[in-house]
Amino acid sequence: MRRSNIWLWFAAALVYAFLYIPLVIVVVYSFNDSKLNAEWVGFTLSWYKALFNNHEMLTAARNSLIIAVSASFCATILGTMAGLAIHRYKLKFLPVLVFTPVAMPEILLGVALLLFFLQVLNLTLGMISIIIAHTTFCIGFVAIIVRARLQGMDESVFEAARDLGASPWQTFRLITLPLIMPAVVAGALMSFTLSIDDFVITFFTKGVGEPILPIQIYTMIKVAVTPEVNAISTLLMLLTLTMIIIASKLDSSVLRRGTK
Amino acid sequence: MIKDSTKANHTAKWLVSGPPLLFLLVFFVAPSIIMLFTSLRFPGEFGGLAPIAAPAEAVSGEYGLTLETYQFFFSDILYAEIFLKSFGVAAASTLICLIMAYPLALLIARSEKRFRNLMVLLVVLPFASNFLIRIYAWMIILGPESVLSHFINTVLGAFGIAPVTLLFSPFAVLVGMVYVHLPFMVLPLYTNLEKHDPALLDAAQDLGADAWQRFWRVTWPLSLPGVFSGSALVFIPVLGMFAIPDILGGTGDILVGNLIKDQFLGTRDWPFGSALSIMLTLAVLAITGLAAWFAQLATRQRSVTETE
Repeated sequence: MRRSNIWLWFAAALVYAFLYIPLVIVVVYSFNDSKLNAEWVGFTLSWYKALFNNHEMLTAARNSLIIAVSASFCATILGTMAGLAIHRYKLKFLPVLVFTPVAMPEILLGVALLLFFLQVLNLTLGMISIIIAHTTFCIGFVAIIVRARLQGMDESVFEAARDLGASPWQTFRLITLPLIMPAVVAGALMSFTLSIDDFVITFFTKGVGEPILPIQIYTMIKVAVTPEVNAISTLLMLLTLTMIIIASKLDSSVLRRGTK
Repeated sequence: MIKDSTKANHTAKWLVSGPPLLFLLVFFVAPSIIMLFTSLRFPGEFGGLAPIAAPAEAVSGEYGLTLETYQFFFSDILYAEIFLKSFGVAAASTLICLIMAYPLALLIARSEKRFRNLMVLLVVLPFASNFLIRIYAWMIILGPESVLSHFINTVLGAFGIAPVTLLFSPFAVLVGMVYVHLPFMVLPLYTNLEKHDPALLDAAQDLGADAWQRFWRVTWPLSLPGVFSGSALVFIPVLGMFAIPDILGGTGDILVGNLIKDQFLGTRDWPFGSALSIMLTLAVLAITGLAAWFAQLATRQRSVTETE
């Protein structure tokens, strides 16, 4: 047992290194005083300064924030309802609708929504289409977290509330909502991160004109790589990591979102 | 819970499930149907679609519904090859993820309870940083100026082998795929392994099984449901991925996702793009069904052995 444990530790350490070294490199080079991501020349903050003088990047960041806040707001409300509905009522149809967008390759949802927006809604692609698209896939993530929370709860509290004469609305507002609140907030933070990070679906549902953060980053990577990418990456990493850590403190089922 | 189906409860049921149901019907089901429908139409002369109804003075081009796009797909071996290649990349990524994730998941599952959540968090954290950033990091690591490239080429040079380019190659694509999807494999494996009863291993040891036998005959068979669900969670997104080949791959590293992307944002052949998407959907459904079936089989086998 002892010896196999050492091997396990060794293999696990390698995997952790594989996970973290690339990100550390991005952060380190964001402070490197060289245009090339090659050798360490000296410490500088000039890439961050360049970033804050980059008007298009700032607009993109603002747009992405608006999208993430709106999409996570809609997805949190709809996803909480979906999580409650799936847990409480035995609907056969709803779970399939809620969880499929999470499980399928993103490109399929992107393509389907692109065709739908252009052909049926005749919508000019832009912020609105991105917000709708992000809401569609975030609902599932919120529902997963909320349902997991409900599954771990004692049903008798709801029965007690009903026996004491509470209406369904009173039961929800005074009992259910306070109890599931950590999961709801965690779901909201999760949706925000997913939205601000999403590239594939945004790529298909974006219009022309409005710069969006992931699309800007993609263009920078494809066209001309400068350490400015490292700087924006580092800032974005700080933002999303904070969100995930808070979310996982609120509700540990966030950590299992990959398992559904 | 819903024994007394009073009117208030019935209203509550639809008030709660109605809005998400409606939203997803409009923005998920309807778009999927539109995609299926689009795959049966003719492309327009200038991209997009040809009109569905016969225009009064149809000059050229075709209209109406057709299966031509699908015939086109099956007429050219090139498309089958790209699908096959995508399956190959997905299978390779899944296997590498499994080999890397298993020891880690096992270690987390056998660690003390108070460390487990932290160890899982450490797996999820890099996963939470931007998808593009994670790919970009590998552009730096595999780039021609990187320490790794220099090192590998120095070693190869010592053996008289010509230097290799790591970036913009199938190798880089595979590394990117594994890096981005690894947590998808760790989490279901860990969830499964965590539930194993340690008494089983003790029993195996008492019966004289060595460490290797304990793993192959106890832990591994019991973990198969986790293996299958983790594999599906890696295989499916890799199958449809276009961004990683796009950024880390060379011009020849085209997968289904890239082909679909080009139909919508390059050549603007919507019907063909939709048909490709439908084929991808069918592939995903088949894989999901297969994984679920295998997982069920594994679970059933276990219950049979338990009752024996």
